[in-house]
Amino acid sequence: MMGSPYSLPRRAKAALAIIAAVLVLAPLVTNNYIISVLTMSLYYAYVGQAWNIMFGFAGLLSLGHALFIGIGSYASAALFVHFGIGPWAGIFLAVPLAVAVGCFIGFLGFRFAISGVYFALLTIAFAEFTRIIFDHVAWLGATEGLFLPVSSRTRIDLPNLRGPSEMFYYVILTLTFLALGICRWLMNSKLGYCWRAIRDDPEAAAATGVDVFWCRMAAVAVSCAASGVAGVWYAFYYNNLFPEIAFDIGKSVELTFAPIVGGVGSLCGPIVGAFLLYPLGELITGATQGLGIEGIKQFGWGIAVVSIVLLRPSGVWPWLAQILLPDRRCHAAAP
Amino acid sequence: MPIEIYANVLVAGVLTGLVYGLSALGLSVIFGVIRIVNFAHGEMMVMGMFLAFVLFRWLGLDPLYSMPIAAAALFLFGYLLQVTLVHRVAHLPEHLQFLLLAAVATVLVSSGQMIFGPDARSVQVAYALDSYAIGPLIVDKVRLLAGTAALGVAALLFAFFRYTLLGKSIRACADNYQGALVVGLNVPRLYALTFGIGAACIGAAGAIILLLVDVHPYLAPGYTLLAFVVVIVGGLGSLPGALLGGVLIGASEALAGFLFVPSLKSAFSFAVLIIVLLFRPQGLLGRAAP
Repeated sequence: MMGSPYSLPRRAKAALAIIAAVLVLAPLVTNNYIISVLTMSLYYAYVGQAWNIMFGFAGLLSLGHALFIGIGSYASAALFVHFGIGPWAGIFLAVPLAVAVGCFIGFLGFRFAISGVYFALLTIAFAEFTRIIFDHVAWLGATEGLFLPVSSRTRIDLPNLRGPSEMFYYVILTLTFLALGICRWLMNSKLGYCWRAIRDDPEAAAATGVDVFWCRMAAVAVSCAASGVAGVWYAFYYNNLFPEIAFDIGKSVELTFAPIVGGVGSLCGPIVGAFLLYPLGELITGATQGLGIEGIKQFGWGIAVVSIVLLRPSGVWPWLAQILLPDRRCHAAAP
Repeated sequence: MPIEIYANVLVAGVLTGLVYGLSALGLSVIFGVIRIVNFAHGEMMVMGMFLAFVLFRWLGLDPLYSMPIAAAALFLFGYLLQVTLVHRVAHLPEHLQFLLLAAVATVLVSSGQMIFGPDARSVQVAYALDSYAIGPLIVDKVRLLAGTAALGVAALLFAFFRYTLLGKSIRACADNYQGALVVGLNVPRLYALTFGIGAACIGAAGAIILLLVDVHPYLAPGYTLLAFVVVIVGGLGSLPGALLGGVLIGASEALAGFLFVPSLKSAFSFAVLIIVLLFRPQGLLGRAAP
């Protein structure tokens, strides 16, 4: 039911190249504020893609994804603060830890046949449990927070991921494009087909010989690994970590907005959604800055998401793709 | 260590748990009939709390007296929410229904933030520090009144579903959707009423819990999660289960808060939730999951 392995039409390739060029060159011509907005849009696009692997591809609804990001953040930050080990080495602890936690939850969920809303609640429960435990771990800063030392904001120290905001921008830009490539490759791989078969009908997939359990575990592992990487970046970008923020349920829910608005299960959906929602939030904040109203950004996001669900329930990107690429069947399907 | 201390803590926990139970009843009614997981649950509860708070500030009304007003207001809100939004996503996949209600929740939290600001606000009733000595037990008057009020509202709800024609028709919709259509029930209207009734329970619980807890907009997600825990433990869709779950979670929170660090008490609830999800996903009193 999905499109066969496809090659993009020339127009789309050109458009992609232009977008890539604009994003790569953006820091040369814009100011810090625009860069920060783009950075956060890219961050949401990246974690949206990570989340999309689990839900959009394999049909596993996680509402506790902040857990895997938070684990990645805390692991790399703890190594850096306590042992002076930089993030590139830290990734080798952060990612396996995030994957291990995800696979543990996945193992329990799939072995005990917990599906749908119940699986989502399981992920929430683990995220909340972890948040409360982290509130009491003094070694990780507990409620007072864990702070990463900042020596200089101008000198680029890539091995320790310390430097100006442009550096973080390029790192997250690379990650986003990398994730897009990996997602595209996964989608057209055998595993990708198995995932979508399981998503659409697990029993039928099992009947045709798909190993449902291991395919689901693979989806969890890939998604958590990508989320762990996001966590490392997040820790070094923000330089402070608090359990209430890192493992917040609101954060878990918020990061699902972009892929769902953009189009669940599609490749570009999470990116399109992130680049719609985050700048929109910033626009609202900017427009009402003088009024000093706390919370108006979230208000606008909420209204935007409600409208999207009512008007374009399969997401913005599939609809947009049909307009931009009329000669191709759009490759997103509602799970 | 005298056993009375434990008994006191336990009684206080059970009384608070009754309020949790009433609020969870709202979630359970909505899920049991409309099959929608109300992700805006805690936000609606905080709406009830703010309403009771405003009535207390303006008119000096005791939250227990403003409880019916909060219930009526939330009934209206729930009814309209079902008619205008939820009804329109009923045919869409589960995650979009979740997303819609999560977005509504976001709107409600940020509205609360815009109107009331982030500070915690409390209500001081004249009897706030009174307590009764029942044998060896010492029970706070506020807590006793709160628990009793919650139990009263829950009893009303049970009676409504058991004895009134309207309640029976709503149960008919829950038991057999097509059958209800066949016998000529106006299902969309009954759904709207159900959402209203569920919301009214939530609003009433909100007004009651204002006696025990200070209100601020960020309470909401915590209450949503708490209601999930209570309802899953008791059995999603089971009304007695919701009340039982509330009492169990209330008691276990109180004991955990007393024996360990108070801030660890909800970790205990989530551990209970994980165990119940794994070993008895239909909950203690729930029917086997479909």
